[in-house]
Amino acid sequence: MTTAAAKPVTMAQALQRAMRDAMAEDPTVHVMGEDVGTLGGVFRVTDGLTKEFGEDRCTDTPLAEAGILGTAVGMAMYGLRPVVEMQFDAFAYPAFEQLISHVARMRNRTRGGMPLPLTIRVPYGGGIGGVEHHSDSSEAYYMATPGLHVVTPATVEDAYGMLRAAIASDDPVVFLEPKRLYWSKAQWSPDAPTAVEPIGRAVVRRPGRSATLITYGPSVPVCMEAAEAARAEGWDLEVVDLRSLVPFDDETVCASVRRTGRAVVVHESNGFGGPGGEIAARVTERCFHHLEAPVLRVAGFDIPYPPPMLEKHHLPGVDRVLDAVARLQWEAES
Amino acid sequence: MTVQELPGDAAYRPTPPPAWQPRTDPGPLLPDPEPYRVLGTDAAAAVDQELLLRLYAELVRGRRYNAQATALTKQGRLAVYPSSTGQEACEVAAAMALEERDWLFPSYRDTLAAVARGLDPVQALTLLRGDWHTGYDPHEHRIAPLCTPLATQLPHAVGLAHAARLKGDDVVALAMVGDGGTSEGDFHEALNFAAVWQAPAVFLVQNNGFAISVPLAKQTAAPSLAHKAVGYGMPGRLVDGNDAAAVHQVLTEAVERARRGGGPTLIEAVTYRMDAHTNADDATRYRGESEVDVWRAHDPILLLERELTRRGLLDDRVRNAAAEAAETMAAALREQMNADPVLDPMDLFTHVYAERTGQLREQAAQLTAELDAAADAEGEAR
Repeated sequence: MTTAAAKPVTMAQALQRAMRDAMAEDPTVHVMGEDVGTLGGVFRVTDGLTKEFGEDRCTDTPLAEAGILGTAVGMAMYGLRPVVEMQFDAFAYPAFEQLISHVARMRNRTRGGMPLPLTIRVPYGGGIGGVEHHSDSSEAYYMATPGLHVVTPATVEDAYGMLRAAIASDDPVVFLEPKRLYWSKAQWSPDAPTAVEPIGRAVVRRPGRSATLITYGPSVPVCMEAAEAARAEGWDLEVVDLRSLVPFDDETVCASVRRTGRAVVVHESNGFGGPGGEIAARVTERCFHHLEAPVLRVAGFDIPYPPPMLEKHHLPGVDRVLDAVARLQWEAES
Repeated sequence: MTVQELPGDAAYRPTPPPAWQPRTDPGPLLPDPEPYRVLGTDAAAAVDQELLLRLYAELVRGRRYNAQATALTKQGRLAVYPSSTGQEACEVAAAMALEERDWLFPSYRDTLAAVARGLDPVQALTLLRGDWHTGYDPHEHRIAPLCTPLATQLPHAVGLAHAARLKGDDVVALAMVGDGGTSEGDFHEALNFAAVWQAPAVFLVQNNGFAISVPLAKQTAAPSLAHKAVGYGMPGRLVDGNDAAAVHQVLTEAVERARRGGGPTLIEAVTYRMDAHTNADDATRYRGESEVDVWRAHDPILLLERELTRRGLLDDRVRNAAAEAAETMAAALREQMNADPVLDPMDLFTHVYAERTGQLREQAAQLTAELDAAADAEGEAR
């Protein structure tokens, strides 16, 4: 029993609390990025941190993503734990050379002599009516780079726990924040204990017996809704929230697919060369004899992210997930 | 009627612009148009004798190191070597301007600066031999890994210097880059961050004339690379990169200024790459021998020898001692580099993450099985 009354907390507030708690506990944690200080971030995720910890701990940087990440590398070399914000998904691209050529490799290059405890926060994905370069899902690029952890929360509780774990990690973590879930809420008691577990484990969000929906981040609520809707069709769907794309939790995913015999991977980034292809291949390699149907993918179209007035046609919604589930009746079709 | 007297909505009344004030006085930031020189000028008399002799010994050793490493590429012992022959004054003076607690951020051509800073010559060549990417613990020597992408180590230097200052340590970071590297975005971002944060960082551009084959004239339209400093609000200094005493003095001043909290400096050292870009490059395709001859007459060792001779310091004892020390280093390097490094294939998986992921555990098991099978096959063949 907690003493204080529970109240609604948004994902953005949970992320902010994670940074505040980490900064309070560990003086080496530094938050930095464009607009993270006085403004509190364009999504207010860093609201109040400069006021509480000063400009040296939560710093408004010049507008330069490579510079933000590159200087954070040097700060991490000197024993700090930088938490950098890349404001919007597509704004992170100028920092890719630093990310791929240095952040991901520094531990390996120096045989463990120079690990980089860095967290790179990237608000990602669509569904908020953003104009061009404000809605990309870039996770496949990050996943393709050994040396990076790539994680993405889907719930308010995970947003807190996973960001704490990312900041505590001795390895660089690309922390993808599904920005259309920033305002999703959970009832939270202010003094409730908040779980921090090591990153790398998927969770079963909803148990089921007839098929598994494998998903993450912004597509988790879509899959939960689809699972509810599918009950009417006689489908009892299990929903696995990956939470961590790297490392990938083969165990939880494959255990689920072996139980259900059918799987659909759901994400909003494009399908070709996207995370779903890797996931479907892994599942097929490990669970072939348990599968009653091919592993299907429901993804965004293979197009540059569309303008906001068309994004509803691009983003995989409940109906597209249900269509895929219907196609899992493989024996009947073949 | 003035603007202030206009009738109607106050919201339409424009605020008069404040008088324009430059943020900093560009005057003191501008480099002198002529590269700063000490050797062969009146200023040389003021240079400490011990310093000149130390610079001389390091230059001779450095020249020998470059020759030995180039020879090792011909014997297949090094995959590649980017020689700094002709640039030894920059390399050595840069390293000697630092205190032990300071950090060096070298580019791939700056092996010699790392060695002059005390790094084991063999460890400095690990990257180029190919047995691992970095052959030393960066924290032990306070030398960042030799950086292959251009200019990307400069923001690291700024971040480290900034972090040290936040922690209250009087540590300076020196970052080295070539003339080609100044065209990269990271060069710009690093200098801008350093100036805004007043980070204790020093940027040394070794302008050696060419980025592989592209001459400086096709690299920049700036009056000098040192002039770029003004745009960031930091002082720019132009120095003769073959004048070891001048480089040492300018570097030392910049390092001390940074240490005192005076902020960053951009230094352009004008020098020349006597060898090709690497042993794999053919420099005759883009420059003539007559151009090289001009620089041969301005050799950094020659300049220093002239000053030492003028002072009566360059006797046979000094020459021989420097040559012998260089030869001893080269012989040791040759011997150690001729031994085949023993590598553990399982190292492939050891330092990717703090803890191996499930995927890497599986792949390590696969490689172990492959190695065991190969060992068994070899055993049966015997």
